[in-house]
Amino acid sequence: MKVMIAMSGGVDSSVAAALLVEQGHDVVGVTMRLWGGESDTGCCSVSDVDDARRVAQQLGIDHLVFNFTEDFNEHVVDPYVHAHTVGITPNPCIECNRHVKFARLSGRATLLGFDAVATGHHARVTPSANGVELERGADRAKDQSYVVHMIDQAELARTMFPVGAMTKPDVRAHAARLGLRTATKPDSQDVCFITSTGGRTAFLGRRIPMRSATVVDTSGTTVGTVPAVEMVTLGQRRGIGLPGGGPKRFVVDVDVEAGVVTVGDEADLLTDGHVVHDMTWVHDAEMAAAHDTVLVQSSAHGTPQPATVDVDDDGRVAQVRWLEPQRRIAPGQSVVIYDPGDRFVLGGGIAANPL
Amino acid sequence: MQEAETLIYLDHAATTPMRPEAVEAMLPFLTERYANPSGSHRFARSVRQAVDEARDVVADVVGCRAGEVVFTGCGTESDNAAIVGTQRRHGGVAVCSAAEHHAVLHAVEHGGGRVVGVDAAGRIDLDELAATLGDDVTVVAVMAVNNEVGSISPVAEIATVVREHAPRALVHTDAIQAPCWLDLRMLTPHVDLMALSAHKFGGPKGVGALIARQGTVLEPLLQGGGQERDRRSGTHNVAGIVAMAEALRLTDIERVAENLRIRALRDRLVDTLLAQLDDVIETVERASKIAGSAHICIADVESEALLYLLDEAGVCASAASACASGAMEPSHVLAAMGVEKRYSLGALRMSLGCTTTGAEIDRTIEVLVAAVRRLRGI
Repeated sequence: MKVMIAMSGGVDSSVAAALLVEQGHDVVGVTMRLWGGESDTGCCSVSDVDDARRVAQQLGIDHLVFNFTEDFNEHVVDPYVHAHTVGITPNPCIECNRHVKFARLSGRATLLGFDAVATGHHARVTPSANGVELERGADRAKDQSYVVHMIDQAELARTMFPVGAMTKPDVRAHAARLGLRTATKPDSQDVCFITSTGGRTAFLGRRIPMRSATVVDTSGTTVGTVPAVEMVTLGQRRGIGLPGGGPKRFVVDVDVEAGVVTVGDEADLLTDGHVVHDMTWVHDAEMAAAHDTVLVQSSAHGTPQPATVDVDDDGRVAQVRWLEPQRRIAPGQSVVIYDPGDRFVLGGGIAANPL
Repeated sequence: MQEAETLIYLDHAATTPMRPEAVEAMLPFLTERYANPSGSHRFARSVRQAVDEARDVVADVVGCRAGEVVFTGCGTESDNAAIVGTQRRHGGVAVCSAAEHHAVLHAVEHGGGRVVGVDAAGRIDLDELAATLGDDVTVVAVMAVNNEVGSISPVAEIATVVREHAPRALVHTDAIQAPCWLDLRMLTPHVDLMALSAHKFGGPKGVGALIARQGTVLEPLLQGGGQERDRRSGTHNVAGIVAMAEALRLTDIERVAENLRIRALRDRLVDTLLAQLDDVIETVERASKIAGSAHICIADVESEALLYLLDEAGVCASAASACASGAMEPSHVLAAMGVEKRYSLGALRMSLGCTTTGAEIDRTIEVLVAAVRRLRGI
């Protein structure tokens, strides 16, 4: 098969490319230039492009750089910045996968005659009676099925995750065996367009006005202030300007418009469930109905919790009801539904209001 | 990867293949004639003679005195030496057009200079230029031939405007794309400074020249041994200099005939493409540009995707300049010219040159038409 492999310059995509070559595919490596500004981590910096190119040269495959900075700004960075002005905390890596990797890049791959697009994600595409399933990666600690949950049947059928069946130590060992320069390169951790020196505050501070807010307790008594309400996330415990030593207190409400942050104890954060918008499905909404209870994960490495799911008629909005009350999910976070065996993604969407 | 002999090279504006005579000319200086021309012994003197003779050849083709030729390390250095060197010496403000090569544009912007808009062909807007000029301006840079779209600037006319509105200013022309297509002797009388780069006309990479007319005083970029009459320190790249001179000499001799031959090929290429494909524009009208430039904008097609398909078929072309990562940057030249985004996204620069044949043009038409139809889903 003719396969386009997205090479970030990291060890996973390096080994993914090597495995595709070993499997005899006709492979072309592509590094996407996504962010034109400052960067010190992630997929966009020139030194990462250099690593990707040098690995491609070593593997004897062609390497191209595609400039998707406009798409990235439009679909990832601008919405990310805007969301903070309305109290929403999105996951930019998921939006990048949704709009850039598994849309823009794969669209171009099709146009250019490629049969499949591969990435270095730790997830698996598994054939089943219904077509293909999106399965968690073999290395449960490194599993990335959460961040690629939005890929539908048609797209999955032409998607390959060559390292999804390997553990991370196996990936690194394979890279070391092949002598790939990325074998010991540290994993990227953070949002690729935000530098570690300035962080989220500096990045957003240059783009949106930051307004101070009053911190109140659940009875409405003022207990402090925060310098930037835009930086406060539901469930947050640190950095809300409260003296230490007291009982654990969490942000239980953020009203950006009024400039009020409410803090309370963990019980104030608990909810019976959530409305989830913009649902996508690996097959369709019927999948959720096929199970009495499912497992629902609401952060990249969070523990999935049992819940029931009701879906509206067009499958776009779901109501997730926890079997046991759970902490509220910050609006904008992705909510991903897995089968009761915790192996396969059924679908996912964006957290809205609690029930 | 395609074998070299099956490649169709239509990227002569990026670089040209070296002329065999230029390769031949440089070889002795890479082998037995290795002396440093600044030395005092007979071995050095003989190499010095080769540099001097090369300088005479360059001066003859450029239409200047030998003493006005300064050998440099590349075209970018020549542009920087002209702009930064003027500002360091005379202070004041640098001015250039918005369609300049980054070697000029970034040097001007870095020094806090002013950038003047261009017309639809990428030539500096003379009214805006006149309005921008003043006594504070010390250098005005305009390219003789645009590297992306191939338009030819009216350098004499521009120089007249500069002399009138900015009497202190030096006129610099980036003539890096010019030698294969224009007689430099027609440009030289109008300018104070001119940048050249050997690899654009069959010479090697890593050598260039700055023409600094008599009376033009610049602050050198490099401090050192004072070579090139204190204008460019650093041991001479003798092999490169000798090869550049030989390439320039031959380019000058063949220029008129090559212009005729290549113009016919270019016209056939562009005319056929315009006839066979809908919604394609020729970016700059042919009367305003050099014979080797075939720049078109193809609606509803993305340059990156198109270049991939051309590359796959062995056709080497380009769109705009690439950034450090190798990614194609949106063209600042097309943006300055006001080309609609729908078209500029599908920009394609095919630059013909001495190796281009009729068979290559026919094959390119076939490949390009098929690629565009495929990308448009036809």
